[in-house]
Amino acid sequence: MSEHLPALLVVVPLILAPVAALSNRPRAAFAAAFAGCWWALYASLALLTRVRSEGVISYALGGWAPPYGIELRLDLVNAFVAVTVATIGAVVIPYAWTSVKKEITEDRIPLFYTAFLLMLSGLLGITVTGDVFNVFVFLEISSLSAYSMIALGQDRRALTATFQYLIMGSVGATFIVIGIGFMYVMTGTLNMADLAERLPAVMDNRTIPVAFTFLTVGITLKLALFPLHLWLPNAYTYAPSAVTAFMASTATKVSVYLLLRFFFTIFGFAFAFGQMRLNMVLMPLSLVAILAMSLVAIYEINVKRLLAFSSVAQIGYMVLGISFGSVLGVTAGLLHIFNHALMKGALFMAMGCVMYRVGSVQLSKMAGLGKKMPWTMAAFVGGGLSLIGVPLTVGFISKWYLVQAALEQGNWLVAGLVMIGSLMALVYIWKVVEVAYFQEADSDVEIREAPLSLLIPTWVLVIASFWFGIDASTTAQVATDAAELLLRGGS
Amino acid sequence: MDDRVILRVGAKILIPFIMIFGLYVHFHGDYGPGGGFQAGVIFAAAFVLYALIFGLGNAIQVLPPKAAYICAAMGVVIYLGVGFLGIILGGQFMDYSVLAYSYTGQHYGIIGVELGVVTTVFGVMVALFYAFAGRRRVDS
Repeated sequence: MSEHLPALLVVVPLILAPVAALSNRPRAAFAAAFAGCWWALYASLALLTRVRSEGVISYALGGWAPPYGIELRLDLVNAFVAVTVATIGAVVIPYAWTSVKKEITEDRIPLFYTAFLLMLSGLLGITVTGDVFNVFVFLEISSLSAYSMIALGQDRRALTATFQYLIMGSVGATFIVIGIGFMYVMTGTLNMADLAERLPAVMDNRTIPVAFTFLTVGITLKLALFPLHLWLPNAYTYAPSAVTAFMASTATKVSVYLLLRFFFTIFGFAFAFGQMRLNMVLMPLSLVAILAMSLVAIYEINVKRLLAFSSVAQIGYMVLGISFGSVLGVTAGLLHIFNHALMKGALFMAMGCVMYRVGSVQLSKMAGLGKKMPWTMAAFVGGGLSLIGVPLTVGFISKWYLVQAALEQGNWLVAGLVMIGSLMALVYIWKVVEVAYFQEADSDVEIREAPLSLLIPTWVLVIASFWFGIDASTTAQVATDAAELLLRGGS
Repeated sequence: MDDRVILRVGAKILIPFIMIFGLYVHFHGDYGPGGGFQAGVIFAAAFVLYALIFGLGNAIQVLPPKAAYICAAMGVVIYLGVGFLGIILGGQFMDYSVLAYSYTGQHYGIIGVELGVVTTVFGVMVALFYAFAGRRRVDS
């Protein structure tokens, strides 16, 4: 049984998806989704443990030997990302039950859980596969289910947001598949490890830089790097709360993983950073993302939208780490994948609680909520502290590594800009805190604390974001090992 | 449509052949051009033709939207079920060679998997057609 875990990790949620659709009852569909998410958490943790003790796990799908058949290949990097995705899935799904009942009409709830499971298995599939075409297929599975889940939002603007995301996402996916096609034309293989071996021989051909460019643009579109982020704010704002919490913590993170995988494992550090000078593109863009998007967030009056812009800024931190091209930098990027998933998950879930009781996340509607919903707003503050990067939170750990990586290269300017980004996070978090705690509420509106079924998952993430901020030894160790693995070019 | 005898008789003659051709494309998919997706579309085309000639109401009586929905989900279950069979019989996931001796196993496996594809594609195609055909015109 355990040798099939790499396949079962993806396939069990995938087969539970049609089961949820067929059951056609909210409760049964929820049970299927719950089982799928917790199975994924168990399987990914078991795999990470095994990868840490035994090294790379390779699984030949259908019994066909790797370069010819499809290979599932787990090393420290993707096992770490898989655990991140599965953790968020397992925490969001109990939250979804209460939140979704309020926000989605009952006849659509089973389909919501179906889409949720499909998205989870798609994201896990991208993570574990060792085959580039498989990446594209799973990317489409996760994106299409994401579009349908965003479209379930209450606000009618969710539909235009979905359409925008659909167009942009499809452009991104097309670019990725064009890049993959070019690589296939030149090498005749789709297996990642095999590609890495065969690509150096044909690097001189112009096709490979073109493939590289298509892949870079396609993936950065999917991960919403600064000028290609336009789909993200609306999608996050109008999606149902549980969907926003899940997507914000997983979908873009998996794309960051893809970026790492393509640049370091397939094309190799020397090509990506030496010949193509990737850092010259990524570093300015990620710095602009951090500063400009934080600035936009400061002036935003819808808190979900504020957090969405903050997400684009935070993606800037991840890509900035990668653009250093050093072990410390990539470690910072990887760590921030996990850390940001925890804090942004917590923040969006706190906003889901507000949505549940208040019915709106406009800043003006949140006056006095600090008194009326103390636990919800405390969770928001907890997540916010992490976003700012206060010591003892996970945000601090990421920033610490990032600043170290900048100083290692003597890049004081970048280190300073990272600090400024943190200060800007302080401003936009404070803006919400000020309204919630220091403004008088409309006394005639009766608002109670959010139900426990929403608060407990939210607080699990808040506590986790402090836990891994106080004791970061495990996550930092895994991330450092993974970064070393990536920079060695091996997989 | 009651007076259009040629269309009605023509459709009645064509529909069984379209369905048979769909099955042919499915079962012959591992030797020649074709496969589950094409077969599913062809099979669905038979129902679309029926709906066009005999009206949406009759088509829905033959195949309720609910059935199309179930088809769409069942196909995925069939597909992955064949995959799980590989694990149960002691091979890898999607390993067809354990289903029967030598190449025969590969044939069984691919036909089983493609049957899942046929079912899903057929269900989705019909559901899409119902969704569009069921919309009322804006001007009426």
